Amino acid sequence: MTELGPVLAIAQRDLMKLLRDRPRMVTTLVFPLLLIGVLGGSLQANLGRHLGFDFLAFTFTGVFGQTLFQTTAQGVISMITDRENDFSQEMFVSPISRYSIIVGKILGESLVALPQAVAIIAFALIVGIRASAAQFGGLVVVGLLICLLGGAFGILVLSNLSSQEMAGQIFTFVMLPQFFLAGIFNPIKVLPPYLNILSRIAPMRYAVDLGRAAFYAGRPESARVVLDSPVVDLAVIGGMFTVFLVVGTALFVRSERNR
Amino acid sequence: MGELTERIAPVAPGAAIIEVEDLVKRYRKGKTNAVDGISFSVRSGEFFALLGPNGAGKTTTISILTTTLIPTSGRVRIGGNDVVTQASSVRRQVGIIFQNPSLDMNLTGEENVRFHAVLYGLYPYRPQFRLMPTAYRQQVRELAALLSIEADIFRPIKVLSGGTRRKLEIIRSLMHRPAVLFLDEPTRGLDTNGRRNLWEYLRGVQAAGTTVFLTTHYLEEAEAADSVCIINRGRIVSFGPPSRIKAELVSEHVLIDADDRDRLRAELATRGVAFAETPLFKIKLDGRSAHQLLKAIDTPLSVVAIHQPSLEDAYLSIIGKIDD
Repeated sequence: MTELGPVLAIAQRDLMKLLRDRPRMVTTLVFPLLLIGVLGGSLQANLGRHLGFDFLAFTFTGVFGQTLFQTTAQGVISMITDRENDFSQEMFVSPISRYSIIVGKILGESLVALPQAVAIIAFALIVGIRASAAQFGGLVVVGLLICLLGGAFGILVLSNLSSQEMAGQIFTFVMLPQFFLAGIFNPIKVLPPYLNILSRIAPMRYAVDLGRAAFYAGRPESARVVLDSPVVDLAVIGGMFTVFLVVGTALFVRSERNR
Repeated sequence: MGELTERIAPVAPGAAIIEVEDLVKRYRKGKTNAVDGISFSVRSGEFFALLGPNGAGKTTTISILTTTLIPTSGRVRIGGNDVVTQASSVRRQVGIIFQNPSLDMNLTGEENVRFHAVLYGLYPYRPQFRLMPTAYRQQVRELAALLSIEADIFRPIKVLSGGTRRKLEIIRSLMHRPAVLFLDEPTRGLDTNGRRNLWEYLRGVQAAGTTVFLTTHYLEEAEAADSVCIINRGRIVSFGPPSRIKAELVSEHVLIDADDRDRLRAELATRGVAFAETPLFKIKLDGRSAHQLLKAIDTPLSVVAIHQPSLEDAYLSIIGKIDD
């Protein structure tokens, strides 16, 4: 049985929601640019020369990974709003597989996040961050993988939530520490052992690091910035995606039906 | 599309299409059973009404029957398929109109309908209405015309009235031609005109062979049902055709009065006719005809009224007795 049609229909629904919500479009595009411009710019001016690499480019690649990961995760968690509005019932009484529903949702939220990737890259060019077309292209491909991981992480978080208020509280708790553990603005090449353990279990670390591996490929500062081999990052992302998707979907469906 | 477009052969007309046996549901945080051992069956093509006060277990029952909730114990089959172990087959056979509107407010009416049609594998996915197959476009236009919402179906849901939204949900729920249509208080929030239009359409749906399973607060809506099941606190308290429920629970009576009330009171006592002053004289017919009774009274009467029991009388009688 092919369920590609239903998956695409679910994905399109999310994209339509974004396209019809102009204030949301503006805010989703502006926030990452502020992070790169203000935070990256000030850190580069104050610390850049001591680090041996361009801090603005470092922040750009970090925010790129973080934004896509977070936007997709947050979008998937928005299913809690559907549940409270009773729209999710319409999907859950349909005969398609529960995995198709979740995959459609992750794909839809990835489509919502990807315009941000394009905007961030355009902003990077404006502020003078230079890279080859292949490096920017590689970043976009990695961006899609980051979205998928963020979406799967979102479903795992969602499966443990019961209300929208709880979603707001938990989301900050599971997302904010990852900003620092993944090294979005702060270099984490050297970490104390306890932070190193926490960093290694943070999914966002591998998303950001794979993005940096693509961007810094062939550059001399790669060794100072990139943490793990892209193969390691890809393997961890693949493993986490599979586990989060399977466990998250199973838990979510159980919590939906077994109230 | 394969499996998704396969139609389940409906059961023979008149055979049981919904079978509920000893159904129990206790919510995880619940201290008592929301549904407490109910059993009933619904025949194919029947119009079945589930009645009960708030918190009686109606929505819990309908949620289990439509596979969105797992029962604690008991067995439920729809068209011979178990709602727990064969949920996907059950989902293909049922259409649902939820108690709370379940349309996506960000989409237009047609986009909501298209979303459903693709989800059920009825048509291939296309990103726009004009790219959808001709058969789909025709079906949507026909259904919209039938419900007189041709002008509204391409407008965003946000700007549509409650009645139009309900109609859209009906169009959507019937796209895959379900064998059973579940309606959980479908007329809630609709005005009188909206309710009437909806019922005219639903009668047509039932006439076409769809089994209609309704929960409602409006008892007059259940009067037309083939079978009525009244539940309270998770248990069945009455079941059968409305006429039988009424006959069993509420007797027909006449209300009379006279200018000379003392004379009437004395005459009724002399003739051995039991009555209650409410303050009119209420006399149960108990099988007698009203004509027979009135003919035997000599006192000139100033008021004569024959009370035909309604389902509401029966319902109030049952629920009242239980709550006492």
